[in-house]
Amino acid sequence: MSKKCVERLQAHFADQILSTHDAAGDETVVLKRDKLLDVLKFLRDEADLAFNLPVDLTVVDWYRIREPRFEVVYHLYSYRTKQRIRLKVPVDEDDARVPSSYSIWPGFDWYEREAYDLYGVVFDGHPNLKRILMWEGFEGHPLRKDYPINKRQPITTLLGEKS
Amino acid sequence: MAEILLETEDGDLDSVPMSLQMGPSHPAMHGTIKMRLKLDGEIVSRSEVEVGYLHRGFEKSCEAVTWTQVMPFTDRLNYVSPLCNNVGYCMAVEKLLGIRATDRCEYIRMIMAETSRIGDHMTSVGASAMELGGFTAFLYAIEVREEIWRLTETVTGARLTHSYCRVGGLKDDLPPDFEPNWRAIQKKCRTLIDDIHALLDKNRIFLDRMRDVGVISADRALAFGFTGPCLRSTGVDYDVRKAAPYMKYDRMKFEIPVGTIGDNYDRYLVRMEEIEQSFSIIEQCLKQIEPGPINVDDGRLVLPNKDEVYGSIEGTIAHFKIIMEGIKVPPGEVYSYTEAGNGELGFYLVSNGEGRPYKCRVRPPCWSLMQALPEMLEGYQVADIVPTFGSINMIGGECDR
Repeated sequence: MSKKCVERLQAHFADQILSTHDAAGDETVVLKRDKLLDVLKFLRDEADLAFNLPVDLTVVDWYRIREPRFEVVYHLYSYRTKQRIRLKVPVDEDDARVPSSYSIWPGFDWYEREAYDLYGVVFDGHPNLKRILMWEGFEGHPLRKDYPINKRQPITTLLGEKS
Repeated sequence: MAEILLETEDGDLDSVPMSLQMGPSHPAMHGTIKMRLKLDGEIVSRSEVEVGYLHRGFEKSCEAVTWTQVMPFTDRLNYVSPLCNNVGYCMAVEKLLGIRATDRCEYIRMIMAETSRIGDHMTSVGASAMELGGFTAFLYAIEVREEIWRLTETVTGARLTHSYCRVGGLKDDLPPDFEPNWRAIQKKCRTLIDDIHALLDKNRIFLDRMRDVGVISADRALAFGFTGPCLRSTGVDYDVRKAAPYMKYDRMKFEIPVGTIGDNYDRYLVRMEEIEQSFSIIEQCLKQIEPGPINVDDGRLVLPNKDEVYGSIEGTIAHFKIIMEGIKVPPGEVYSYTEAGNGELGFYLVSNGEGRPYKCRVRPPCWSLMQALPEMLEGYQVADIVPTFGSINMIGGECDR
């Protein structure tokens, strides 16, 4: 069933699609970053797609395994057509930024902040892109594979004091 | 002097916008979050929510342990309904492995997840009532949860952090006296729930505080990524158990309760009705369940029994390999989702073929709900924060991970 939306994407954005797969039944489209917002808007606004529920947004870090290093992963659901789709956008470490989807689904607000906080991927155009789970002044991005799991960063500043 | 300072030109008392910090530790907040409020008199004109106080690095920890060792971490996500998380995680790993649990195992998982859901909803309703002064209703609700926890203890051996599921099966079968125990508990719970209905449904104070407060429209709720009771209270009948039936939910007859306007009172009613549906699902499960194995027949996933471990070299090696190296999950990625107490609980797992998860992302339902809180509070009074926040049922362990 979700095959149809992958076909629709292929018909409209053939030059943007890098690859597709449907392992374990999860329809997946790997996209270029250039026209990401157009694709997202298309997925939301077309009547037969209508992906109106932003489910999940996260990042996979392929440190020293794959190039480009990061993959931004979107999961979307359409309440009307009961379809699901996964979009993946590879981005380089040196240029780890994607356009923010906040204007399309406000529901990705905190998800993007979290991805920025934990992976250091910047979402251009996000109105309030700051750390959300870690504190201001935290150094590095803890979910990156090169961040040691046993590294500790005590909060040394006093409450209210700017670090 | 003071009178002159307070008076404005038109003779009214002057009021200036005030900012207020609420939390992170506040008696009216169950959950450690901080809110920055901009107040215009009693009215909340703007607010910002700050989370992360309970962040423990769930994902980072998962990447350092074997697939099976993740189980105790999932207990601590939504610690009010840990069994839903156990089931959700196991199903995600099984999807990646391309296997399906046995029939009996699926029925038991459903029964346990539904009991957990009742406990979750009771906690939410009870806490909301208590924060509005209805302490009796809270005690009744907690009594229901207590009964359920006692029952879960006989099955899993623990009251709160069960770690009951295993990849490909369960820790143990149901005890032989489970069904009579459940019937007794169910009877008691029904009486208590009827009492809660009697105490709250038409209670003047409760109605005034809950009705038309914290309203959110269906469109906005969807755009914010709402799922679960909070989305259903707006009238959208999205329930993973119906939309994409997993386990044996396609064989169950149950309804999805929906609200109309998406206010706190709708959320309360939806939760109360879902408890009834859960009772009915458990009843149907107990009717349909048949004897059989609870674990899949696969020596690479399931630990051999202790006789074999201590009595044969093959058993010892199999045990050692599963414990030390972890089960081997083929490379790939998968997103698996189930209906937990607060909505769609998703697990996005990435494996590189080793004994440990390469990535174990959890999609917490609370996360989406909490980001909409400022919008749900805007224009209401400071006192309305408490019931609205309560009806969202944010669980710190799940939200902050």
